[in-house]
Amino acid sequence: MAKKQDNTIRWDTFSEGLWRENPVFVMLLGMCPVLAVTNSAINALAMGVATTFVLLASGTLISLLRHSIPKQVRIATYIVIIATFVTIVDYAIQAISLDLYNALGAFIQLIVANCMILGRAEAYSSRNPPLKSIVNATGMGLGFTLALLCLGVVREILGAGSLFGIDLFGPRFEPWVVMVLPAGGFLVLGAWLLLFEWFKQRKSETELDPATES
Amino acid sequence: MSTPEAQVVQPSTPAGPMIRTLMGIAMLSGFLVVLTYQLTKPIIAENQRRAIEAAVFQVIPGAVSRRDFLVTESGVVAVTEDTPKEGTLVYAGYDQQGKLKGVAAKAGAQGYADMIHLLYGYDPICQCIRGIKVLKLAETPGLGDKIITDANFVANFDALEAKLNASGESLANEIVTVKHGTKKHPWEIDAISGATISAKAVGKALNQSAKHLLPRLMPGIDELSKTPPQTNEAEPENGADL
Repeated sequence: MAKKQDNTIRWDTFSEGLWRENPVFVMLLGMCPVLAVTNSAINALAMGVATTFVLLASGTLISLLRHSIPKQVRIATYIVIIATFVTIVDYAIQAISLDLYNALGAFIQLIVANCMILGRAEAYSSRNPPLKSIVNATGMGLGFTLALLCLGVVREILGAGSLFGIDLFGPRFEPWVVMVLPAGGFLVLGAWLLLFEWFKQRKSETELDPATES
Repeated sequence: MSTPEAQVVQPSTPAGPMIRTLMGIAMLSGFLVVLTYQLTKPIIAENQRRAIEAAVFQVIPGAVSRRDFLVTESGVVAVTEDTPKEGTLVYAGYDQQGKLKGVAAKAGAQGYADMIHLLYGYDPICQCIRGIKVLKLAETPGLGDKIITDANFVANFDALEAKLNASGESLANEIVTVKHGTKKHPWEIDAISGATISAKAVGKALNQSAKHLLPRLMPGIDELSKTPPQTNEAEPENGADL
């Protein structure tokens, strides 16, 4: 990327957010909502969709305006743009379902402070044309949602014995309450990271020569 | 990642473009927020109205229609368009025959994260609270929100005593939240282990509201029974689509 920028959109542009640069499992960005609202699958899904929308909308706008934003005020501009879309999402969720709005609590407004969104704005949207940014942001958003779901599903099954509110094990199941508590978030996240690392290592071991580092 | 060339020191930008950019973005942002606010306002208001309505019928068992009253220092008045907005708003619930089934009122207290707002239904015949419904809370998901989901906790409000004392000026027994498993009296609320602060907040909210409201409401309770309910029970469900 040192000389002329490569503006072609490849499968990679989309898929890096899903796997290779997954915002949660690889880059460890936006941990606050990841740990806080993933105590049930539906909360995780709603949070993921809301974040994806903000990521997509702010990424598009920032990419469109990238030549006209002076470097000195870029962070302020990005934050204003992100905050605008978060406010829109906030109203939209209130209009769609008050119950969902209550379940997500303050974490909708806190999307503003999600470092993944600002990070992508700074590292990607501000340097790439709109279409490429949109494709990449979609991938990143999906990767983020998927990661949230990974946590939400496991925590809901273990911690409440249900999935998307549907009871799985019947009344005799003793829920593993710690899983829906904050500590459970850390435990499940740790387990997923372990799994991801293991996969990555195994892949690099089989693909490359034995001499692999990192 | 790459080391971008863009970050190489540039000649300093004059203030003009910076101010223009920030102003432009701020105006665009303001426009978008106002637009969304205007578009969603009626839907959100309708959602909230419907939530209140559903909650009123939920906390007053057997109610099918409602009428709003204001409880003021001087007495109880029905809410019409020209009544002053002073006093406590209560919702009276009636059954099919137009008989008063109970009165719902709002209460609130500081919970763990933020204020917990709830609606409770008061039955003037048994002088007890028949049900609560949390309207708004920001408690920790999975912990504080057990005040909604915990069946044992909700069972506290099948008939929570809230009798006035002999002089009618205050409650005979204050509503208190007690440690889980130690509930002895009908005016005590059995807390939830793991969500004590939220459970206590519910007790505090109910106690404060009942203490303030009931001495003013009960003398005028006949006013509520006299007035026939509005015929607003079967409102068409107009789908609030976005």
